[in-house]
Order: sequence, then C-alpha cells, then structure tokens
Amino acid sequence: MTETPNEGRLSGVSNFFAGVGNRWRGLPKWQRGIGFLAFVAFLYYLPLLGVPGLTWLRTDSIEGGNNWAGVLFTCAVYVLIALGLNVVIGLAGLLDLGYVGFFAIGAYAVAIFGSTQSPVVKSLQDKFDLAPEWAITWAICIPIAIALAMISGVILGWPTLRLRGDYLAIVTLGFGEIIRIVIRNSTNWSGGPAGIASIPGPQGAPSADNHIFGLIDAKPWYWLALSIVLLVVFLVRRLENSRVGRSWLAVREDEDAAAVMGVNPFKFKMWAFAIGAALGGLSGFLFASRQGFIEPNQFNANLSILFVAMVVVGGSGNMAGAALGAVLLAYLPERFRDFSEYRFLVFGLALVLVMLLRPQGLLPSKRRARELKDRQEEVAVGA
Amino acid sequence: MNFDELFGHLGQHTVDGLAKGSIYALVALGYTLVYGVLKLINFAHSEVFMIGTFAVLGVWNLLGADGTQGVAMTLLLLAAGLLGGALASGATAVAVERVAYRRLRQLNAPPLIFLITAIGISMVLSETFGIWQGRLVVGMPTLIKQKVAFTIFGTEVTNTQLITIVAALVMMFALDQFINRTRYGRGVRAVAQNPDAAALMGVNKDRVIMLIFLLGGLLAGAAALLYSVRYGNTRFNVGFLLGLKAFTAAVLGGIGNLRGALLGGLLLGVVEVYAATLTQSNWEDVAAFVVLVVVLLFRPTGLLGESLGRARA
Repeated sequence: MTETPNEGRLSGVSNFFAGVGNRWRGLPKWQRGIGFLAFVAFLYYLPLLGVPGLTWLRTDSIEGGNNWAGVLFTCAVYVLIALGLNVVIGLAGLLDLGYVGFFAIGAYAVAIFGSTQSPVVKSLQDKFDLAPEWAITWAICIPIAIALAMISGVILGWPTLRLRGDYLAIVTLGFGEIIRIVIRNSTNWSGGPAGIASIPGPQGAPSADNHIFGLIDAKPWYWLALSIVLLVVFLVRRLENSRVGRSWLAVREDEDAAAVMGVNPFKFKMWAFAIGAALGGLSGFLFASRQGFIEPNQFNANLSILFVAMVVVGGSGNMAGAALGAVLLAYLPERFRDFSEYRFLVFGLALVLVMLLRPQGLLPSKRRARELKDRQEEVAVGA
Repeated sequence: MNFDELFGHLGQHTVDGLAKGSIYALVALGYTLVYGVLKLINFAHSEVFMIGTFAVLGVWNLLGADGTQGVAMTLLLLAAGLLGGALASGATAVAVERVAYRRLRQLNAPPLIFLITAIGISMVLSETFGIWQGRLVVGMPTLIKQKVAFTIFGTEVTNTQLITIVAALVMMFALDQFINRTRYGRGVRAVAQNPDAAALMGVNKDRVIMLIFLLGGLLAGAAALLYSVRYGNTRFNVGFLLGLKAFTAAVLGGIGNLRGALLGGLLLGVVEVYAATLTQSNWEDVAAFVVLVVVLLFRPTGLLGESLGRARA
C-alpha cells in the first residue's frame, strides 16, 4: 500500500493534537473532571480577563477595538451556531448552505413577537385593545423562536432530504436567500427593509432601566450565552451517544447499508435537520435580543458560508472542533482589525486549504478522519 | 399581481425573458459540462463568469471605449471584449481545476469536499475582486444604444436582445457540434459515459477534464460579454445570483444535457421576467428558487433527462 499523499503535510499539527488528545484521555476520570471544571470556570472568567501576559488577547487592547465582552458574546453565539450546524454537517453528513435562514427565523421570531414596534404586535394591540407597551414576553419568545425554526427546518427538509447531497446543498442555499427576500418584501409583518427595532432582552425592551441585560455592559449577555452553549454541549453529547446518534453515523457512512439494517435514513436526516434548525433559531434569538435591532441584510448568504467554514475548518463531527472553528472565525477578525477587510478572503482561503491539506479539519473527530482515510486508501489499492 | 401589464405586453416580456435566458443558458452550459463528466457542481463557475465581466470591462477601458465610437470600432470592441472575456474566464476555469479539483480527485475525496472547496474558491475569487475593484457597482461604457431592430407581430425586438439571443444560439450550436462531431467531443462523451473504460481505451482523462473546464470557461466569458452589453455594469458578487440561476437552468433542462441547458436557460429567463412583471420585481429571485425546488422534487433529472454520455445515441 502506498503512502497517502496527505500524510506528512501538517503532520506536526496532527501529532500535537493527537498527543494532547491521547494524554487527556489517558488521565483518570476525576482529573479530567477537574480539568473540565477549571476550563469552564476560565470561560466564565474570560470577560474580566486581566491576567498579566494574557491581556493582549482582549479585543479592546488595540486601538478602536470592540468591547471585549461584546466580542465574547458574538463568539458564544457563533459557537452555538457551529454546534447546531455540526449536527447537520458533522453528524448527519448533510451540507446545509442555508443555515442563515434558521438563524434569521429565530432572530425575527423575537423581533416580530417581542418588540413593541413590530407590525404584528401593533396589530394585536389594536385588535385586543392592549396597552402600547404590550408585547409577548422575552421568555415566551424562546419556545416560539425554536418552534418556528424547527418547523421551517421540517418544511425545508421534507421535500429536499430525499435529494442527493450536492443538490441538497444548492437547494438550501436557495432557501436561505428566499427567507431573506421574503422578510425584505413583507413590509406588513416583518418591517421590510427597514428592519425592526427595540427587540426585548430578558429584562424587557431596551431602556436605561435595564441594569443587567442592558445595551452597554455585555458581560451578562456573554454569561447567558455561555450557559446556553454549555447546556447545548451537554445535550448534543447525550444525543451523539444515543440511538439517534448511532443512526446518524450509519446513514452518513453508508446510507444504503443503514437502510438495509433497518435505519430509516430519511427519518434520521429529518431529525438532524430539525435539531440543527432549532439550534440555529436559538442562536438567532440570542443574537437579536442582544442587538436590539435587526434588518434583512444582516442575514445574507455569505453568512451561511461563514457558518459552514466554521464547522468544516474546525473539524466537522467533533464539537470541540466546530467550537474552535467558530471562535477562530469570530474572534480573529475582531482582534486583528487591520485585516477585517480581508476576512472573507481569508475564510475562503482557509476553507480551500483545509479541504486540500487536511479535509478532516483542525480538530477532527477520530471517526471522520478514518472515513476520509479509508477512501484515500481505496484509491491507493485500486491504482 | 399585475396581470394587465403581463398579458398586455406578453410578446415583449417573452422576448426580454429569452434574451435574459440566453445568458443563463451559456453559463448553465459550464455547469452542465462539468457535471456531465465529473458529477460535480462547480460552484466556482459563477466567479468564472464574474471574472469574464471584469475582463471585458478591462479590455474596453484599454481600448478607450466611451460609447461614441463608430460602427467599425464597436465591432472591434465587441470582438476584443469577447476575446478578453473568454480568455480570462477560460483561464480561470482551468486554473481552478488544476489548483483544486485535480488534487481532490487524486485523493478520491467525497463529493461534499469538492463542493466545499468550490465554495471556498468562489469566495476567494469574488472577495479578491471586491477588495481590488471596490464593492460598488462598476459601470461600463454603453457600446450599443438600445433601439428597436424590428417588429414582429406587434412585438418590438431591440438590437441588444437580438444580438444576445442570436449569439447565444450560435455558440450553443457550435458547442453541440463540437461535442457530437469532433474527436475531442467523442473523448468528452466517452469519459462522461465511463471514465475508467475511456482511460483504458487511451483517452487522456485529465486532458478531457481540462477541456471541459476550458469550454465552460470560454462560454462563461462569452456570456460575460453579452451581459456587459445588455446591462452595462458589473460587480464583485455579480456571479452569485446569476450562477445560482444558471445552475437552476441546468437542472431544469436536465443537468449534463447540453440541449437541456439551452431549454432550461430560456425557460427560466421567461419565467423570471413574467414573475418580475407580475410582482414589480420583488419576487423575481424567489421565482428561480421555487422553480429549482419544484423541478428537483418532481423531476430531478430535468425536462430532457441528464446525460452527456448519451448526447448522441
């Protein structure tokens, strides 16, 4: 068997990560537990970061840099997106290029139902004679956002999940654009191109009285988002190791074989799509609550591709990888502002280079890396 | 819904749609050729087209086009633009193949990896032009002033519409002949039918693949010229929507099928113009996606069926 051309390149990185990974798995369970807790504690401490020697990490350490906690919040939202998209791309093996659609649906759900300025809330006020301050409470908007995103995921998935993988990608790309255009054109319920303002947070509509979840201090927002991320990590991990997770793996590796063994590919693909959509909706919801104002142009197709890049560059199939990709792609342009003009160029380059040199991603899932290697060896044997 | 406008000037809108669809069809051929042989959606093809438009603009600026030149000069500019656009697009397409796809083929990468790579390349190319040429719409000199060329059944056909449709048909015919009648065309069909058997029979697979990328690129360059003449502007992300629609056209006609690309392109152009007329352009772009989803749902092989290999039975 010939050596695959992929080995040798970036092997330093591989060896480093593999070494760290193996050593980590070799530790006793209680030590891993402590390590994990320490890491989580560090994450919660991050917005206050003031350790000498590490302050250069802060985005406000450079001139004109953005609020550090605000950037951390963005990172956390992106991590949430990456976790959701990782379920679709990494676990179920479906390339979704319209993920921004679900993100937009989640964002618009809280805007349309929670903001006093949304046309829908206004018409409800008129109809039922409610006070002009009335709007649906933030907390109730959470299930609404998740449910709407999930429903749209099912509506999109039902016809398209029977298609071949690459057709699915293009159709989802179209879906993302359709959502944006529909929102832009529907002035009577979505505010149209002007967008919707005064989107509520946990303490209600943005105002000077909001001491905790206000517009200025982003720390509580970050802690909120981080807590949600940790919860989702826990849930998705449980899912991965469940019957559903194993079915995804089977469908991803060989759909026909899975079907023969009694796993209904369509059903489990649909689950992946719906769960991914729900997480996309949740992240859109968080994003909109913090922003306070959204408009359709914030949800363009470039963003979808950015999301895919996060998962794929980080390592699809592995939550840590996807999260790493999200943090890198959200944080680096903020810290190195001089390059922010070039950021999409760099993302594109990163995408190409990773695909050519290390298709399993920076921090791969062991299983995915093996699948890719198997295919290469098939060629080597056949040639 | 503005039905009066649509049915009052049905002929006009149809001709408009056909002209628009001709451009889609030319770009769709690039998708169809590559898909027919490699079973790969060349997502970067939209950027191949975009680079064509910028090459046309560059050539025109170089030759000092300002819209006031005489007939001879206009023809020269058109020819130079065609040459420049086709060369730039063709070179880009071949370069993309050499840099990215060939390596992935050697690695036997799964289709999704091809697609993600193509997306990355597409992003790199369009961002490069976004940074280099600015992010705003770049205007072009108006080479041909719009005027009515002739009237048929009360429908006015303008000169640019006429040029677009005729040029697209001519190129389409030339490609069809090339694939069906020449030695190289036979090679392309052979590889499309069965790559391994073709290789055993002495067809150089890599060269055939390069040829189809080149052909697709040349046609995209020609489409770029027609687009420049018709719309008179371009932008770094002009390829995104157009590419998506051209892909839709290819799928609609039957991806991998050359005549299908023509049919799909023309049909999609007409559908879009009708939709735009009915809804004051608001839902024009949605129409294309709806067509795509409906076609994939009910007839995933497209109207004429997908087959480059069986282009001539």
